[in-house]
Amino acid sequence: MKSPALRDALFGLVAFLVLAALPLLTTSSALIDFVIRCAALGLFATSLNLLVGYGGMVSFGHGLFFGMGAYSFGIIMQRTGMPIPLAILLTMAVAAMVALAVGAICVRLKEIYFAFVTLAFQMLVHSMIIAWVPVTGGDQGLRGGIPRPSFLGINLADQKQLYLFSAALLVLGLLAMRHIVSSPFGYTLRMVRDNPTRAGFLGVDVYRTRLTAFVLAGVFASLGGVVMSLFVSGAYPEFAFWTMSGEAVFIVMLGGTVAFLGPMVGTVLLLLLNDFVTRVAEHHGLVLGAVILLFALGLRKGLLDFVMDWREARRTRAQAGSAGKDKMAAADKMERVAT
Amino acid sequence: MDLNALTECLVSTSCIVTQVTSGFIIGMLLFLVAIGLTLIFGVMKIVNFTHGAFYMIGAYLAMTVFQLTESYTLALLGAAVGACLFGIVVERFFMQRIYGGNVLMQLLVCYALVLILDDLVRIIWGPEFKSMGMPDAFRVPPLFIMGGVVPPFYLFLIAAALSIAVIVGLAIARTRFGKTIRAAAHNPSMVSVLGINTGLLFTGVFALGCLLAGLAGGLAAPVRSLTPGMGFSILIESFIVTVIGGMGSILGALVGALLIGLIRTFGALGFPLFTEALMYLAMAVVLIVKPSGLFGREAA
Repeated sequence: MKSPALRDALFGLVAFLVLAALPLLTTSSALIDFVIRCAALGLFATSLNLLVGYGGMVSFGHGLFFGMGAYSFGIIMQRTGMPIPLAILLTMAVAAMVALAVGAICVRLKEIYFAFVTLAFQMLVHSMIIAWVPVTGGDQGLRGGIPRPSFLGINLADQKQLYLFSAALLVLGLLAMRHIVSSPFGYTLRMVRDNPTRAGFLGVDVYRTRLTAFVLAGVFASLGGVVMSLFVSGAYPEFAFWTMSGEAVFIVMLGGTVAFLGPMVGTVLLLLLNDFVTRVAEHHGLVLGAVILLFALGLRKGLLDFVMDWREARRTRAQAGSAGKDKMAAADKMERVAT
Repeated sequence: MDLNALTECLVSTSCIVTQVTSGFIIGMLLFLVAIGLTLIFGVMKIVNFTHGAFYMIGAYLAMTVFQLTESYTLALLGAAVGACLFGIVVERFFMQRIYGGNVLMQLLVCYALVLILDDLVRIIWGPEFKSMGMPDAFRVPPLFIMGGVVPPFYLFLIAAALSIAVIVGLAIARTRFGKTIRAAAHNPSMVSVLGINTGLLFTGVFALGCLLAGLAGGLAAPVRSLTPGMGFSILIESFIVTVIGGMGSILGALVGALLIGLIRTFGALGFPLFTEALMYLAMAVVLIVKPSGLFGREAA
């Protein structure tokens, strides 16, 4: 268990097995659906956190890639009927190209400008989805269902198998992102976030580092979009609407930007909240808005950030109590840098 | 693509006049919203994501006042004053807490406010499309200028917006308030050290921005349909205007707004499907060629 990559892989495997065992324990299809939605939004939000948490780039247009993923995948499947894994790879390639073009313009900009210009590009894609009716179906969305031919004995038309497939994509996607943030590139990205000038002096190509992060985040967001379009068997303009990005930003804030799994926690919380609010209240925006204000102005940080700060505070107290634990402090510091 | 329609229009003066006036209408409304956005950014260094909501509130207030009193003057006044007062409340209770904070919090607070305000409008005025109707004073036959058809209300709107532009421009260039604003945009802590209440100044700038956005809403109410989502689309467009013109520059906002207005009307002829895309394309070109915007001094 010395290698962190091995530890992460084992953790991922256990998580997948737990998810896979879930349908054996319950017959509730609502729970199954919930997990699939978590997989779609979780991939999306975690990919946003690559930018927000690790890169210090607050994108408010990340929904672009989620919508792009859902639409590209749906259109590819409807028009060509190629095998699903190939279509997913192609979708991710499309997202990478778009992210490269958008990122090339955006990542040079200052933070608030970056947020709004990414948002503007998202609205460009949204308006094109609405306008380009013959291909996208306009404001009705991509209808008629997405064909889901079986491959390698996996039949995604079956809800159980779709569930396992989504869970697998989630775990693999998270592992890949975890690998990225713990790679040398991940640490370079953190350095660029903390002090771009210094990173530049040390020979880091700040622009290229940011652009790479932007492209990677776009690719994983599109994977989230693929899961979503498989789940609803279609694609809708709302996937590329600005509220999608707003929700993702809130998820990231809700869960916390420091811990890698913060956005996953945020996703589960937000989906629970959404389901609860739609059940009890007619005015969804009003309640959601109030909750966001409460978090943003009241707590000022995410839930997992809270837990981590609390743990750290307790540790510091423990150290203050007993002298001669410098080693532990050093180890603690190492661990903190590693998160 | 329909380039024939575009070239046909460009050789006929009547078509040009019609298109240019409708382009100016769009541009002027955008300009009034964009002044606030650009001033607020210049002084407080935040992009006021909620700015479109004040435009929406202005439009709805104008409609209600107009229905109650039948007076368009009162409707405009109600729109401007109402949006301004509401802006003061929002600034005091929410915005003041996010000045200088991290971008994530700023965006979230604004996002939450937009969600709440859109829903409030939905609760008060209903989710369906509304229209206010043209005030009686402007229910007169259209004017013909060089063969082009121009409704009188359009001329009124352009004149009103232009005079506001001149007044605000002069106020910022000549008055003490304007000087303080410019100083605060440059160095707020120094302004504060010199004994000026910057908290109050910030509220004043925010309120001014909201007043202009509300007024734009009031001016737009007779010619636009009113929906709870109307604030967001104008917000994005006026943001593009400020990016093109340069954040913090009023002249830039005017030029950018007119440019976007003309791109929209002429683009609708030549590229009916991708009119909106042209607008973003213009923004992208400006960002690549001159990231600080046409009239901006500070790099973006």
